[in-house]
Parts: sequence; C-alpha cells; structure tokens
Amino acid sequence: MADEPGAGESDPAVSFRSVSVDRGGRTVLHDIDLSLPAGQVIGIIGPSGSGKSTMMRAIVGVQANVSGRIEVLSQPAGAASRRGAVGYVTQDPSVYVDLSVGENLSYFGRLLRVGHDEVERTLGAVRLAEYRHRRVADLSGGQRARVSLAIALLNQPPVLVLDEPTVGLDPVLRNELWSQFAALATAGSTLLVSSHVMDEANRCDWLILLRDGHVLADCSPTDLLTRTGASTVEDAFLSLVSERGST
Amino acid sequence: MWRTATATATRVLRQLQHDRRTVAMLLGVPSLLLILVHYAFDARPGVFQRTGLPLIGVFPLVSMFLVASIAMLRERRSGTLERLMALPVTKLGLLLGYAIGFAVVACVQATVTLTVGVRVLGLDVAGPMWLAVAVAIANAMLGMSMGLALSAFANTEFQAIQFMPAFVLPQFLLCGLIVDRSEMARPLEIISNVLPLTYAYDALRAVADEPDASSAVLLDLGISVAMTVLALGCGAATLRRRTP
Repeated sequence: MADEPGAGESDPAVSFRSVSVDRGGRTVLHDIDLSLPAGQVIGIIGPSGSGKSTMMRAIVGVQANVSGRIEVLSQPAGAASRRGAVGYVTQDPSVYVDLSVGENLSYFGRLLRVGHDEVERTLGAVRLAEYRHRRVADLSGGQRARVSLAIALLNQPPVLVLDEPTVGLDPVLRNELWSQFAALATAGSTLLVSSHVMDEANRCDWLILLRDGHVLADCSPTDLLTRTGASTVEDAFLSLVSERGST
Repeated sequence: MWRTATATATRVLRQLQHDRRTVAMLLGVPSLLLILVHYAFDARPGVFQRTGLPLIGVFPLVSMFLVASIAMLRERRSGTLERLMALPVTKLGLLLGYAIGFAVVACVQATVTLTVGVRVLGLDVAGPMWLAVAVAIANAMLGMSMGLALSAFANTEFQAIQFMPAFVLPQFLLCGLIVDRSEMARPLEIISNVLPLTYAYDALRAVADEPDASSAVLLDLGISVAMTVLALGCGAATLRRRTP
C-alpha cells in the first residue's frame, strides 16, 4: 500500500468537494469542503448528532446518498482498489461476539491476507494477548472495543477511520490509546478519530469541529485557540457557534 | 473469492461449534420428528414409507432457512456486514462461504437422519443413498439461499422467524407431500409449478422409488439448483456496500 504513484507528501489523505449527505430525507452533512493532511491524527469533534459518524461512513465508502466528491488517497471513497487501505472501526464494536478474540482476528486476518505473526503482534498492541481464547461475548465493553480496533489495525492500513474509539474506556486506557494513535501517525498512517469529548481535541494534530452537519472549524488545535482567543476547545466551540449566529 | 469463501465457511462453522445446543438440535430434531411420524402412522406404515424420504430431504431446507436468515440478520445488525463490505471481500465469496459452511452441516444432518430412518425405522429407499444425501444438501442450499435473500427484508429476529411460516410452509403444503398436486385446485397446482420445494420433493420421491439415478431425478435436481442460484443472486443483490 506504499505503492502510491502521485500520492506524495503534499497530497491530502482525504479531501471533500461540495459533499452533502442525505439520510432519510434529511440533509445530515451540508456542502462540505475539506482537505485533510496525511500522517496526522485528525479529530472529528462535535456533539452527538452533528454528523461525525455519517462523515466517517462517507470516507469509508459505506454511506449511500453522498453527493459531491470524496477522495481517499487520491481515489474516490469506497473504490474497490482502496478497500483494505482504509481501516474502519464502527461506533459499536462490530465483531462476532460468539467467537473468541483469536478467532475474530484470524478470520479478518485471512480476509486481509495477513499472517499469523501480524495477528499476534496486533493482539499484543491492544493488550489482548491473554484474552485470546475468551469469547467476545464474555468481555467488557472496553475490551470488545479493543477487539474491534485490533481488527482494523491488522493490516496496518495507511488510513484509519475510528468512530468514537475511546467512549466508555477507563482514563488510563484512553490515554494509552491516544498515545498509540500518535505513534501510528508518526509511523505514517493518517488517523481520523471522532469524539464528542472536546478535551480529546487536545490530543489531535488537526481538528474538524462539526455541528448540525456544518464544519465550524478545520485547523490545528493551536490555530483554533489563537483564532478564537479561547483557552479551551470547548470555549472555542461555543464562541464559533455564537459567531455564526445560530443557537 | 476462494479465500473469502473458505475463511467465511470456517468462521460460520466455528460460530456453530461454539453453540453446542443449536448443533445438537440441528442434528437431533429431524430424527426425533421422523420417529414421531413413524409411530404416529403406526397403523398405516405405507404413509411413513411414502413421506419418510421426502421429510428427511426437506428438514435441511427448513433448518438452513432459519439459521441462514438469522445469521445474516445478525451480520447486518451487528455491523460486521458493514465492516466486511469495507474490506477487499467479494459478495459472491461471502455467500459462497455461507453456502459451503451450511452444506457441511446439511450433509451431516441428512446423513444422521437418513441413517436413523433406514437402519432404525426400516425406511425403504430404492435409489442410491448418496443421491438422497445429495438432494438433501441441494435442499439445504435452497433453504439457505432463500433465507439469506429474505433476511434483507427483516428488521428484527421476530420478522425473520415469521418468514418461515410465510414462505416455507406454503411450499411445504403445495409440494405434493401432503396431497398429490394433481388433486389440488387448478390455480394451486399452477402455483406449485413455480415453487422450488415442488422440485425438491419430486426428486426425493424419485430417489425413494427408483433404483437408478434416473434422468427425472437429475432434471428435478437441476431445476432445484437453478432456483438456488437465482435465490443466491437475489441474496447478493441485497448485500449493499453503501447503506443509507
């Protein structure tokens, strides 16, 4: 997946051109233009219902009724040639709860043409090696979320789309995951991580603030604070909302 | 495609392996029902001889219809299908994987039931046993493909279960097992001509009565397989990479 002719340093990992999404007769994303840098942890931050999940589904290419153009690694989102290059973790852990942790990883490993060594490496990376033989149904919510994450990490995809991966996790583990995200970005991956926790924005290299399907901000966290004169991302969010004159 | 198919078949069988009770029921219930039919018609042994093999062949259709529709519904609702659709996985490979996994189960199920029927209950089968098992597997595939296709129209497990009486029971009534098709009201006879189970039943009757794999059996089997392929095609059409 490193064989990217024309996907040099300067090319955005993900770009949106006039993208709108309709769901059930309602417009969930409104005419969005974005250009997201590669090799960074990009936070998609916004309250629940702001369109984070829809945006992520559109990037992965599983969202229907998308107008405009989304490109991932210089190919249309969801292109057959890009399947496998975009790791995707849905909000609810999408794993087979009636299988063991190891069986889940082996199955997806075979689909992704990943060897046994990679399965072992990934199990270690999410600290689940000792749970290998446990059925997912018998694990806690946080552990299930990590199984789901592990599957996305199996083939070390250049783009990772993680929908609220830290929800409900204990702070120690959450901290650990954010460090892991940073490490993955340093290694060259582009991570899109959604969260409704404004504090988590501080762990990102780049931010997209979403509200009601509109992009409030698309910049680095420092730029955001400088521009709004706020001291926290939450304050910045509030000041941007009042700036737009909406309630 | 083959990688997806074999990986998925293994995964489906692993899931069943963890669910011992389901496996026990899949393998045991058909035999119990067969014993029930045998002794319920104690005074009229001809009924058991006439319906025994068709019943053995139809059980896999019913069980695989239910297992497949619930399995695919769970796949849709748990988000694993969405995950698979975002991977380099072909729909055909996925469906083929399901087919292979369930064919293995159907093969064991039919063999167990057939053994109980022939060895314990004294069922006479004129045709070769392997052909009876082959028709049973074909029926399982038919049930599976109908279940997979219909599961797309079920939002809940309750709805999926109701598809059994809605789609399988009428075929069961009209296939000729309960009453000869020629004795039915003409419109029902015509309808039965296009129902897949009719051909599965005809094939089983032929295997029960004729010592050789006659061209009639092979023709019925061929029609049954063609309808399975059609249902699988419908199933593949319901697997959407992009969902609203």
